[in-house]
Amino acid sequence: MSSATMTAPADKKSHSLALMAGILLVGLHVAIGLLTLVWLPYDPTAMAGGRLEGPSLLHWLGTDRLGRDLFTQMMIGSRIALIVGVGAVAIGAVIGVTLGLLAAFASKWLDDALAATLDILIAFPTLLIAMLVVAASDTANLWSAIVALGIALSAIVARLTRILAKRVLVMDYITAARTSGSSWPKIVAIHILPNIWPTLSVNFALQFGLAVIAEASLSYLGLGAPPPNASWGRILQEAQGTVYTAPLGAIAPGIALVSLAIGVNLLADGLRDAIDPTRRAR
Amino acid sequence: MSLVRVDHVSFGYTANRRILDDVSLDIAQGDTIGLVGESGSGKTTLLRLLLGLARPDSGTITFDGKPLEPGNGAFMREFRRQAQVVFQDPYSSLDPRQTIQSIIAEPLRSLKIAGDHAKMVGNALDAVGLDRDVGTRFPHQFSGGQRQRIAIARAIVPGPRLLLADEAVSALDLTTRIRIVDLLAGLSKTMSLLFVSHDIGVVAALCRRIVILEKGRIVEAGDTAAVLANPQHPYTQRLLASVPRLNLNEVSS
Ligand SMILES: Nc1ncnc2c1ncn2[C@@H]1O[C@H](COP(=O)(O)OP(=O)(O)O)[C@@H](O)[C@H]1O
Ligand SMILES: [Mg+2]
Repeated sequence: MSSATMTAPADKKSHSLALMAGILLVGLHVAIGLLTLVWLPYDPTAMAGGRLEGPSLLHWLGTDRLGRDLFTQMMIGSRIALIVGVGAVAIGAVIGVTLGLLAAFASKWLDDALAATLDILIAFPTLLIAMLVVAASDTANLWSAIVALGIALSAIVARLTRILAKRVLVMDYITAARTSGSSWPKIVAIHILPNIWPTLSVNFALQFGLAVIAEASLSYLGLGAPPPNASWGRILQEAQGTVYTAPLGAIAPGIALVSLAIGVNLLADGLRDAIDPTRRAR
Repeated sequence: MSLVRVDHVSFGYTANRRILDDVSLDIAQGDTIGLVGESGSGKTTLLRLLLGLARPDSGTITFDGKPLEPGNGAFMREFRRQAQVVFQDPYSSLDPRQTIQSIIAEPLRSLKIAGDHAKMVGNALDAVGLDRDVGTRFPHQFSGGQRQRIAIARAIVPGPRLLLADEAVSALDLTTRIRIVDLLAGLSKTMSLLFVSHDIGVVAALCRRIVILEKGRIVEAGDTAAVLANPQHPYTQRLLASVPRLNLNEVSS
């Protein structure tokens, strides 16, 4: 380690520690998720041992009530959680940022109308909106859940984008860009997005956690991915009948969910601090 | 010949409130004009019209004899190259997430000005008294006065004939203010300057002509020394009375 990093201020050090923790947590889930594409310890749909076995060397987290290996299902759950989180946030970000920018640039009455609509949408819980969207599409599968969550999240992203963009639009450097001859699309690309991105990206990380939890809830309610997609929510749902005899089936998905959500937030905070020039030292 | 002619211009942001009322003003080639008026009198609004960022409700603004047409892209590009602006707030006028180099080069890029942009940025930094090597740094690494120099560098880099300064020194402390006024005074030898201020003292030091704006109307205009020595309009007299220690001998010299 160079002397420069040794003498870095304490808060900077704790920032890079947080970033490291974020990379580790997210990296672990990503590595597991990728591994499931090429290798699994057991067939996730077949009986791999006795029913409701406790943890052992053969079955690290034991087996469920159908005798399937719980660790194998948890691994698949990592992959599904990542797909859901990334997919929902990507959809929510594209729709939300577009709508938010439109509102920020819109004439007063259109902006007021959009803002009011967003406020109403946001008053409903994300999960409720997602449930409605899933119910409206006739087949419940992983992709309908992702699209539903993305749409539900887009309202939150749009409202935040609108507020942030309006704050940037009144800055003199926007007027300077106009008198410098920059077109509006160019101003959005080089001045507005870079200046709202740090706040947006941290919000996306929160949304990621929300999406993963909401997907677990959808699955728990039977509205998520159907079997054999072992999402953490489904594992939780299937384990609830036997929670006193085999509590791991309920505990493991909870821990996995929390670790992924925290990891993504630490990662987003850390990346913002590392990339944003206004947060770097002089 | 006048570079800019403002001819009976009226303007309001909303239909029921006039911000500028029948304003006429000429800026001659090479002239230095102080536009003075209380806060809210419409100075910034007039600059926005002069920059083609808003259109007059009635009346015309011509630049070099041609009317400003925000719709005419080719004309506006040439106009933007010739008319540039510096704002009051040095903390809002520079994009915090761009390097100084890319901030100053923005007019060169967007107006597609030919030449070695890095070299032109270097020359502009020289002209405002900053080191050439500050280009890789970011705005938060500079003081208010230095930021204002960077903003001036961005304004002069395309080689404008008209510089509009909207209270460009009002937010600065006294010593910094004097230095930036000196810098503008130097620049005014090579370009026309419209210097907006509510500070008559600074205008007296910098501007050959003065225009007094009250509630969107020009109430008095003329030679700075003459107007300040013998103000005709009560509003000008009140403005002058509110300046604590204005040395009129220095003004009329
Ligand atoms: N974007 C705007 N929309 C509506 N009213 C405005 C806007 N900008 C300025 N005004 C009003 O126009 C008047 C003149 O403002 P301005 O030109 O900024 O004055 P000055 O620069 O002389 O202080 C003020 O009363 C102000 O409230
Ligand atoms: Mg003003």
